[in-house]
Amino acid sequence: MRTRPAARAGQYAALLAYLLFLAFPLLWLLSTAFKSPRELGSLHPTWIPRHPTLANFRQAFDEQPLLHAALNSLLAALGAAVVAVLIATPMAYVTARRRGPLARAASGWVVVSQAFPFVLLVIPLFLVLKNLRLIDSLAGLVMVYVVWALPFALWMLTGYVRAVPVELEEAAAVDGAGRLRTLVSVTAPLLAPGIAATALFAFVTAWNEFFFALVLLKSPGNQTLPVVLTHFIGAEGVADLGPLAAAALLATLPSLAVFALVQRRITGGLITGAVKS
Amino acid sequence: MRSPSTRTRLTTAVAAVLLLLLAGCSPGARDKGGPVTLRFQSLAWQQDSVAANKELVQEWNASHPDVKVEYVQGSWDSVHDQLLTSFEGGEAPDVIHDASDDLADFAYGGYLADLDDLLPARLKSAIPQRSWDTAAFGKGVYGVPFLQEPRVLIANAAWLRTAGVRIPTPAHPWSWAEFRQVTKSLSGDGKYGVAWPLKEPVSATLNLSLSAGGRLFQRDAGGKVTVRFGAGESVVPRTVHDQVAVDHSAPASTLGSGGSDTLPGFFGGRYAMVPLGFSYRQQIAQQAPKGFDWKVLPAPAGADGLTQGVSPQTLSISADCPHKREAAEFIAFLLRPRNMVRLALGDWMLPTGTEALKDPALHTAKDGWATGTALAAHLRPAPAQSVRGYPEWKDKVATPAFQEYYSGATGLAGLRRRLERDGNLVLARYQR
Repeated sequence: MRTRPAARAGQYAALLAYLLFLAFPLLWLLSTAFKSPRELGSLHPTWIPRHPTLANFRQAFDEQPLLHAALNSLLAALGAAVVAVLIATPMAYVTARRRGPLARAASGWVVVSQAFPFVLLVIPLFLVLKNLRLIDSLAGLVMVYVVWALPFALWMLTGYVRAVPVELEEAAAVDGAGRLRTLVSVTAPLLAPGIAATALFAFVTAWNEFFFALVLLKSPGNQTLPVVLTHFIGAEGVADLGPLAAAALLATLPSLAVFALVQRRITGGLITGAVKS
Repeated sequence: MRSPSTRTRLTTAVAAVLLLLLAGCSPGARDKGGPVTLRFQSLAWQQDSVAANKELVQEWNASHPDVKVEYVQGSWDSVHDQLLTSFEGGEAPDVIHDASDDLADFAYGGYLADLDDLLPARLKSAIPQRSWDTAAFGKGVYGVPFLQEPRVLIANAAWLRTAGVRIPTPAHPWSWAEFRQVTKSLSGDGKYGVAWPLKEPVSATLNLSLSAGGRLFQRDAGGKVTVRFGAGESVVPRTVHDQVAVDHSAPASTLGSGGSDTLPGFFGGRYAMVPLGFSYRQQIAQQAPKGFDWKVLPAPAGADGLTQGVSPQTLSISADCPHKREAAEFIAFLLRPRNMVRLALGDWMLPTGTEALKDPALHTAKDGWATGTALAAHLRPAPAQSVRGYPEWKDKVATPAFQEYYSGATGLAGLRRRLERDGNLVLARYQR
């Protein structure tokens, strides 16, 4: 069916408007990060700073250990993503392929566990980690992030495993492939986009997480980026807006970079051409 | 059947885990010889304030090799939850920076050390009793109040001069009625005499109401607290309400805003005055357009003069701190008059100490320091300071009631009914 040019132009306009709407916070952050305090206090704010300045970045880096905090965030988020995927992938496979009361109960528990508020968990977690001497350590934080991300990662990956036709594994078995060979050569490649999406989810969740990092990390040298960002905010929500925007921009970039790297894997065809005709 | 080696490995692993748990629980695990280390969590956030705090910690460490202080940056935004969790887990910082109105729960919960016997007489006498009252709960004192900020009027001086209105001073402030008249005369053509940023309407209203004798919380002989909204309590709310809904000398649009949100309109000549905390001057000095002529005026006065309520910033010691004496010595060092002045200048606030308040740096006309310093003697503990159940009363009853009243959705009778009838039901639950 062919679309009329006018209708197509309307679709593109609507899409562009939607994209601008989605990009607005990021663009505004970018604009704010380069504005002087006087421009920030203007009654008529502009998109393009009239007198762009790097002073906000200089102040942000002078005042807070942003690079060190970014490195801590990166370690915690990468650790959480890798460990969560390593644990969730085999669990998801079993849950998806072995249907029964246990698998159904596990799925139900996953949904219920998402309803627990952070505050309910944080004190028991704090005590457990304290006894394990993992308070104030990135290793302890990674453990918490893995536990936090695991239910949803499992739920996501289970869906991806179910989308891989079991007939493909059966065909591989008929062709003489063993169980391990089938999993490695047939199932794993088809699951790659799902694994990438799950890893991205775990990464972004851990990268943005604030409350556990706030409570569990004590030493200034261990603090992650979201915790350090709050140091630009004073009592009653007053903020040092310029340096805060500069630091927040820095905090946003790695997430975007990771997403740019793996988005092709996520949006690529999951099982395109995989089924024998 | 398991092989002996497997069993041995399992037993060893279990024993190791148990040992680890026991070691983690042992109270002596924290310090084993060497210099004492204190963790000081500061909420300083402005550039100059962070610098002043860090410099003072460095100076202490340089002169006290046996007691090392580690500076940890906290955040106002999340300090209550973070401290509560740390207290529960026994991992709280040794020296804690907070605000006096956040201390009641921690003090009654037994998380903070009573400082009465720990602090030197010099520090006790340096701070007036009315300030100590903000951090006293039950029979103990759980924080040292050291910085405070009155609410002031930040005014467009050129506008006021052109309009020919009388400029108030701490010696001759505006009355609330005069303030209303002035804002009315300054308004018109889309411009307003005042913009009230009342995102948090309760503390602003209650603290300013002290000037008109409005205490709201009445404590009987048995110590039981009830809400009573009388004539004194109604002066400030009625002024704000009438400015917004009757005179139209204050815009309704800023009622849900924070202080910073009103600054662009103030700089842009839309409002002649904005009531703000004293420390907002730092933002104004930084953001005001070149040549913008601004001035700090005292808040209007009522039957009780310039009196208003404050919740000072405090320094406390964790009840679990094994080195309370050293922590108290560090606090005393941090709050020596000269050091208190450095902290006050960094935060654009007023020190509580009487000696510190005499410092010439706090009496200059520049940036309104002299006007603020002149108000220090009129500052009293915020009315809600020690009322148990206040947070729930504020969130569930008072905030929506004041918001509705200020926006004109309800009248004074409706406000009174909500605050007294619904409010007393909430407070009663905490006083059984």
